[in-house]
Amino acid sequence: MKKFLPLILLIILIIFPLVYKNAYYQHLMILVFIWVAIGSGWNVIAGFTGQVSFGDAAFFGTGAYTAGLLAHHFQISAWWGMAFGGFMAMAVAFPFGWICFRLRGAYFALASLALNEVCRHITTIAEPLTQGMVGILIMPSFLSKIPYYYIALAIAVFSVVFVQFVMKSKWGYYFLSIREDQDAAESLGIDTHRYKMVSLNIAAFLTGMAGALFMNYMGFIDPEVVFSLHDISIMAILVGIVGGVGTIYGPAVGAFVMVAVHEFFRTGFFGFFKGMAALTGSDFLIIAAKYISQAHVLGFGILVVLVILYLPNGIVGDWNKIIGRFFSFKKKEAAT
Amino acid sequence: MILFEVKNLVKHFGGLAAVNNVSFQVEKGEIFGLIGPNGSGKTTIFNCISSYFPVTGGNILFKDQDITSLKTNKICKIGIGRTFQVVKPLGRLSVLDNVIAAAFSKAKNKHEARDVAMETLEFCGLSHRKEIIARSLPIGERKRLEITRAMATRPELLLLDETAAGLNPTELDEAIDLIKKIRDKGVTIIIVEHIMKVIMTISDRIHAINFGQTIAQGVPKEVSNNKAVIEAYLGEEYAHG
Repeated sequence: MKKFLPLILLIILIIFPLVYKNAYYQHLMILVFIWVAIGSGWNVIAGFTGQVSFGDAAFFGTGAYTAGLLAHHFQISAWWGMAFGGFMAMAVAFPFGWICFRLRGAYFALASLALNEVCRHITTIAEPLTQGMVGILIMPSFLSKIPYYYIALAIAVFSVVFVQFVMKSKWGYYFLSIREDQDAAESLGIDTHRYKMVSLNIAAFLTGMAGALFMNYMGFIDPEVVFSLHDISIMAILVGIVGGVGTIYGPAVGAFVMVAVHEFFRTGFFGFFKGMAALTGSDFLIIAAKYISQAHVLGFGILVVLVILYLPNGIVGDWNKIIGRFFSFKKKEAAT
Repeated sequence: MILFEVKNLVKHFGGLAAVNNVSFQVEKGEIFGLIGPNGSGKTTIFNCISSYFPVTGGNILFKDQDITSLKTNKICKIGIGRTFQVVKPLGRLSVLDNVIAAAFSKAKNKHEARDVAMETLEFCGLSHRKEIIARSLPIGERKRLEITRAMATRPELLLLDETAAGLNPTELDEAIDLIKKIRDKGVTIIIVEHIMKVIMTISDRIHAINFGQTIAQGVPKEVSNNKAVIEAYLGEEYAHG
């Protein structure tokens, strides 16, 4: 049963937009799929290789801008960006990793944070090339969400399968060895610098590809959106932590939960606050309804605290614990 | 035949000479003991050999090839394995995965790596523990895992850094047996050890250092009766008495 679970889930996801034609939920699912790809990328470098990165937005933005600029300057379909976005992100990751993997632990994380900011400033300042804060607007290729849905699903599935494939190979063993003890790994004949680069480039490729898809789907990007520290880099980390650091399916679960939480707050608990405010006319609720949509970061904070306290290995990593709790709770209920 | 040679090795940490002009040669197939009181520079020599630190001066030769400036992972690839005094298991991986990760340094594919790992686990007597998560092993088996992992890289020369420290008498005998078994397989061994029972029974030759300098060299009996060695370990009165 457990073996077929991903397959069953995949079939449900394939049928979903054909049965349920609500464009809003299709949109949310597309976002989930994009986050699955980004989260899987982050999980490779941070979860499996142990090099925590705050720089995912740099790769995401590079991918998005590659697609956008190709369309904007050369009138090439932005879909070509899907092919080049990942490689351009690798072109950013390569020199960065080559220099910054001399740093370990928190120092590497800080350097990746800087990479994020450097990329954001470059795209803001280089107006002749990127139009700076004006951003880039392209015409979406499809009016319907369904083509995007399937492309995003394909990328999400590719990311998960690819990461699974990598982790079962020699590279996977090397990544885990580096995470557990870099000195021991080196003494076992593992060129740690080189394999950290490999890991970072895999992460950059997946994230860059997701970025290019984001450009195609949204049709508009500016530096604040795609190089955003809290909306992309931190969100990528949260997807990883909530789902389960160092697990194959963790990012998929994490992406679903995080997009749901984000949406929950953005809509003011699905219009609950607005409805209550209209019903009761209370000043407090009117103000709350106004601000709750911007409080998703607060929601993330609470969620992370809960996850770290009760599920330190994430939802997938602690799945047996969750199941165990649930059943023991049921048993107690039956006893009383 | 000389397999391995250290020539005039010097290592300074700031103004302190941790290793000062140490030279020795190791012949193929022997167990070469390196002894000395705490802080005399034994582990520093190992760290220089496996190039965790750059050396200040001198040369290290392996099979007539200068390996002084090679990177740590290359040192392993050319056939020098090592263990750590403070064991470094890959904590959250199983014992088998620990050894597979090491076996990849010579194996071409995962299938081969797995075979090599299973064979090495069997050889080192850890195969009954292969599914266990490495950090939950007791210290004796962690030390054994260190050796197993180093052996899985198929070394010609094995550097053992205090593998017997912290073992109980039974484990000690097992460790001695294992080291002898590795020697019989044709692997040359350099061993750093404090426990005299181990070093005196298994070493073919012993090199004693103190304050980073050579104080004696020879077969175990000669070294254990050497005045400078007794002085270094027990103090001056014992040397004269």
